[in-house]
Amino acid sequence: MLIIDKELCIGCGICESACPFGAISVVDGCAVVADGCTLCGSCVEMCDAGALQIEGAEKNASLDLASWSGVWVYCEFRRGALAPVSLELLGAGRRLADIRNVLLSAVLIGSETGDTAQQLIGHGADTVYRIDDPALAHFTDEAYGTIMTALIQQHKPEIVLAGATAIGRSFIPGVATNLGAGLTADCTQLAIREEDGALLQTRPAFGGNIMATIVCPNSRPQMSTVRPKVMQALAFDAERQGNIVEVKPTAEQLATRVRVMESVVSEEDNVNIQEADILVAGGRGLDSAKGFTLMRELADSLGGAIAATRAVVDAGWIAYPHQVGQTGKTVAPKLYIACGISGAVQHVAGMQSAETIVAINRDKDAPIFDVADFGLVGDLFEIVPKLLTKIEERRKS
Amino acid sequence: MKIIVCIKQVPDAKDVRLDPKTNTLAREGVQSIMNPYDQHAVEEAVRLKELLGGEVTVLSMGPPQAEEVLRQAISCGADHAVVVSDRAFAGADTWATSYTLAKAVNVIGAFDLVLCGKQAIDGDTAQVGPGLAMRLQIPYVTCVQKVREATNSGLVLERMMDDGYDVLALDFPALLTVVKNINEPRVPSLKGKMRAKKVEIRKLTAADIGADPAFIGLPGSPTQVVKVFPPEARCIRTVFTGSLDEQIGQLVDSLQSYL
Repeated sequence: MLIIDKELCIGCGICESACPFGAISVVDGCAVVADGCTLCGSCVEMCDAGALQIEGAEKNASLDLASWSGVWVYCEFRRGALAPVSLELLGAGRRLADIRNVLLSAVLIGSETGDTAQQLIGHGADTVYRIDDPALAHFTDEAYGTIMTALIQQHKPEIVLAGATAIGRSFIPGVATNLGAGLTADCTQLAIREEDGALLQTRPAFGGNIMATIVCPNSRPQMSTVRPKVMQALAFDAERQGNIVEVKPTAEQLATRVRVMESVVSEEDNVNIQEADILVAGGRGLDSAKGFTLMRELADSLGGAIAATRAVVDAGWIAYPHQVGQTGKTVAPKLYIACGISGAVQHVAGMQSAETIVAINRDKDAPIFDVADFGLVGDLFEIVPKLLTKIEERRKS
Repeated sequence: MKIIVCIKQVPDAKDVRLDPKTNTLAREGVQSIMNPYDQHAVEEAVRLKELLGGEVTVLSMGPPQAEEVLRQAISCGADHAVVVSDRAFAGADTWATSYTLAKAVNVIGAFDLVLCGKQAIDGDTAQVGPGLAMRLQIPYVTCVQKVREATNSGLVLERMMDDGYDVLALDFPALLTVVKNINEPRVPSLKGKMRAKKVEIRKLTAADIGADPAFIGLPGSPTQVVKVFPPEARCIRTVFTGSLDEQIGQLVDSLQSYL
């Protein structure tokens, strides 16, 4: 729990404003902690008087941490294709492995993976564990999880990274639970702490309103799911050498209690908005489902995909997989063009990591303009067609 | 059918704002609500009960105030409510939380199905559901968007994927996490509200569930937060000048690298 030293506390109130959870208040010149405290430690760091400390944070390391070595990346393969985030993670993993001076390995699970393992080597992997079996054509949490768990137990990597995709966010938590390993979701930064080589995992919390850096001091492997589009893939190098290790799954590992009857690629939703470089997003200002026709024109012109707010998804103008925000997807494209979106905090939480944000809205006071890099105040039905024309002109010139 | 729904009380995101001066979260007047995804989990449980018979127990780990969301679930059709609450749980990460919930589920007793929301909107990890299933040693499916068929022995489901959806079949017992388009949660009935007021909420402590102190709260959490800081401020907004046409021209200039 959070211990407040009443002798040392000067009642300055810095902890009160530093607390992201509103759990500290200064009463009669001394800090008091309430039930809302999550022991996040942000107050401890801010306290100049040294009056705060978290008790119980020190643990006995029962695990032989040094026997765990190497960086692993789970490389997602589905419907004959590698998820782009896999290559981004190999880029990030290569950097971490070089700092730690250890090997980088890729885990490739699927069916008919062809020359994918070779691609993974070309993008930075030293070793590829390939588990290629017709029974793995469809993703199941059980088979993928059991195989991944067994491989980790056998080879003991110190770090395991996976994409924060539907698949990664589903089976990796099960693997971490079975291994008794710490797992941090949706990381956006990864670094190695100089003193002890620990993995520093940074992720947004509270809808991106605060960032938290997390470590796993006494458990191995240190596991993270990482958001698509935040890490940099290495350029393919055909000269790179590496090992491909074939792993044959046992019948027991392939047995699953959940049966896949069918795997449907949804025509309308077949663009994964989390992987798109450019998103054109529409909100209530589109007035009706027809407004998305204009959004599609702009998206097609830019080679982007369509995103939407919760309001218009609830109104049935567009399908749920397009929804960005707290109860939809979190995206980090290079360019996000918000059209007719007011910028409710729940929506902003899902898109504020975009590299560049453009807002088009007729209400000059709309909160979306607070997060936008570029804003145009006006009628989107006037602005977007003109924007399309201008883009075409610019391309021709 | 015995169904257990795990729910969490979270701060209402629409009240959470960043104070631009201090760069901290301004949380005055922040209301606590039931995690939005969990409302859909409760609704789906009640629908399955109405279809197949049985009972729905809602379970929450949190401070004693979590009672509020449990009562809300009762008003929407759940039958029993259990809160597992103890100072010793403070600082629990998802690993310690799934351990605690599994211990509580074992105390509640036999079940066919456990339902959870896809994730809580304060932590956004989506890790507790799968972790709980692992500890209960039952299969799980995340991000369920539709229950196609339900019988007393099992379910046929649609599970949302990044590129569409998978159709899956499973037998009980199992755990599901649900996304919001699975259903439209009902408004509490007057009768439900009356029941919610009167219902007795079972309270469990760490000792009641037989939790090993080494596996709960901060000491039981493999992950530790070492630093919390505000995100980097976005760059200053560029304001265009001139007629709308000129402004659009300036915008296209600014976006040159993306064209």
